[in-house]
Amino acid sequence: MSQAAPAGPDDGALIRLNGITKTYGRGTAAFAALRGVDMRIDEGEFVAIMGPSGSGKSTVMNLLGCLDTPSGGSYQFRGVHVERLDRNQRALLRRHFLGFVFQGFNLLARTSALENVELPLLYRGEPASRRHAAAAQALASVGLTGWEHHSPAELSGGQQQRVAIARAIVTAPSVLLADEPTGNLDSKTSHEIMELIAALNRERGIAVLMVTHEPEMAGYAGRVIRFVDGRVASDQRNAPGPADGEDG
Amino acid sequence: MLWNTLLLALRSIRRNLLRSFLTILGVVIGVAAVITMVTLGNGATKAVSDQIASLGSNLLMVRPGQRFGPGSEDAAKFKAADAEAVRVQIAAIQAVAPVSNKNVTLVYQARNWSTMVTGSNNDYFLAGNWHLAAGRTFTEAEERAGKAVCVLGATVREKLFAGQNPVGSQIRVKQFACEVIGLLQSKGQSAMGSDQDDAVIMPLRTVQRRLTGSQDVGMLMVSVREGVSIDAAKEQLTLLLRERRKIAENEEDDFRVMDTRQIAETFTSTTRILTTLLGAVAAVSLLVGGIGIMNIMLVSVTERTREIGIRLAIGALEREVLMQFLIEAVVLSSLGGVIGIALAAAASMSLSGLMQVPYLFDPFINLASFLFSAAIGVIFGYFPARRAAQLDPIEALRHE
Ligand SMILES: Nc1ncnc2c1ncn2[C@@H]1O[C@H](COP(=O)(O)OP(=O)(O)O)[C@@H](O)[C@H]1O
Ligand SMILES: [Mg+2]
Repeated sequence: MSQAAPAGPDDGALIRLNGITKTYGRGTAAFAALRGVDMRIDEGEFVAIMGPSGSGKSTVMNLLGCLDTPSGGSYQFRGVHVERLDRNQRALLRRHFLGFVFQGFNLLARTSALENVELPLLYRGEPASRRHAAAAQALASVGLTGWEHHSPAELSGGQQQRVAIARAIVTAPSVLLADEPTGNLDSKTSHEIMELIAALNRERGIAVLMVTHEPEMAGYAGRVIRFVDGRVASDQRNAPGPADGEDG
Repeated sequence: MLWNTLLLALRSIRRNLLRSFLTILGVVIGVAAVITMVTLGNGATKAVSDQIASLGSNLLMVRPGQRFGPGSEDAAKFKAADAEAVRVQIAAIQAVAPVSNKNVTLVYQARNWSTMVTGSNNDYFLAGNWHLAAGRTFTEAEERAGKAVCVLGATVREKLFAGQNPVGSQIRVKQFACEVIGLLQSKGQSAMGSDQDDAVIMPLRTVQRRLTGSQDVGMLMVSVREGVSIDAAKEQLTLLLRERRKIAENEEDDFRVMDTRQIAETFTSTTRILTTLLGAVAAVSLLVGGIGIMNIMLVSVTERTREIGIRLAIGALEREVLMQFLIEAVVLSSLGGVIGIALAAAASMSLSGLMQVPYLFDPFINLASFLFSAAIGVIFGYFPARRAAQLDPIEALRHE
């Protein structure tokens, strides 16, 4: 089963959470968004996170993406204790191993698709020629050849999310974290995006962690974790053969 | 990495052209205003001191009253006899011109012109470095009898006689007719902006009798002989005047002897105050420019905070983000500073031509206002960014 044995220090897990808590605010206004989350994700897995609104899905994703810091518990990434890393080390973890896709896309405004996708490579210090080639290739792999020089304002929501995915995968990350990537998209576009993400998982072995509240989208994943009130309520494997089809 | 950060900064500038333009504009206006004002002020100061120096280093001016002392207003005026005594008794002095002034309206045929008449003697032309263009100066008889004769400056001639030769004509001064006997060569505008050619000179006695109705003399212009020490001449002059004015040994002078250097200092201190004042006004505009920059930066901070969040989320280090913003601010402010300096150079050159003052490049004020503007840009561009870059990425991303 996926609820891993807590003992083994490094048994090949990609991500291991033990008793993670997160409390927003302090004093009487304090609110415990996560109340002791244990979770294990293996290399190359495709996991969907579901649960009612306010159950802590985004909170746990932000912690996994090192965008936020937990209040307690331990977070190991390939055996490294992330909660012991400093700001810069966490930034480097994001730079080299993590790709993040947001519900709201979060592209740089007035910046071409190509430059948006190039950005993580710039921070990695890649030379211009490699940067351009890799960014163009990433855009091609999300089906945006010919749109390289359009700015986000000139792209549809689905296209913007494709740019965001291209930006997340251009560095060949170990894990793609996607918080409601189809939340702002219509059903047809959502399925296209899911096909894309599933293909990246299948063909490149990128582990995917995706929050969604649509069971259809969760159907693409190999495993579904349900959150209720800041805790993991259930953790189930999907029957193989996802995506019962566009014809629904 | 620095190269990539520079690239990011330049992209960001290009991406936000309006914001970049406004930032630069704020710096340009401030820098250009300060440099132009101070440069013009320096030029005016130089022009005044040059002009006074051109009067010759051998000129002394004697006025009753101590400039700053109490009761200076009621110090006794000089008389023509004082001038005579100075000339006769002090060998070091070659010319003494007693001067008395009165504002009048001159009439010739249908034209009239209001100006100031100077009553003096022929020494006035020597001491004031005037040369005749036509006619003659006063005869001894005319001076002694207070005849109605006058020598005109070029402006007065232009206003009353247009281009004609005035020598030999009669002009009306108040109730009497006055014969024009001479015309002065033009000296042009003085550095203080007054027209030196707007002058009419009559014998002292004529002015005293017919215009002021008093024996008083406002000022003595004294020309010291070539090769004689100015200080020695001043000392003798002071001794003589104290004696004539019966000043006891323990009392202070009730008059003041100034040489051209002191006169220059008096005037240049005035223009220097003016320069400081103009510079202060301009500094305010630099400050306003700075506030403009601050505004732009603060308004854009929402967008920029999210942008910083995005950059951090995709793996930028805090110091890389900060370096980018720092470079951006420095590039914009320096660009504004350079444009401002160029604009100031162009403006001060053309304005100093217009105002007929010399153009003096002042490296200090150029450097200082450049550094100040750069500092403004850096402070207001950098510090809001720093606050944002220190947030957790998710906080920066949530910023609304
Ligand atoms: N920045 C915050 N400050 C205070 N409370 C927060 C903050 N972010 C989330 N919360 C609260 O934490 C709980 C979990 O939020 P979240 O993880 O966003 O839920 P969801 O499962 O809908 O993604 C919610 O009750 C929410 O109100
Ligand atoms: Mg959420």
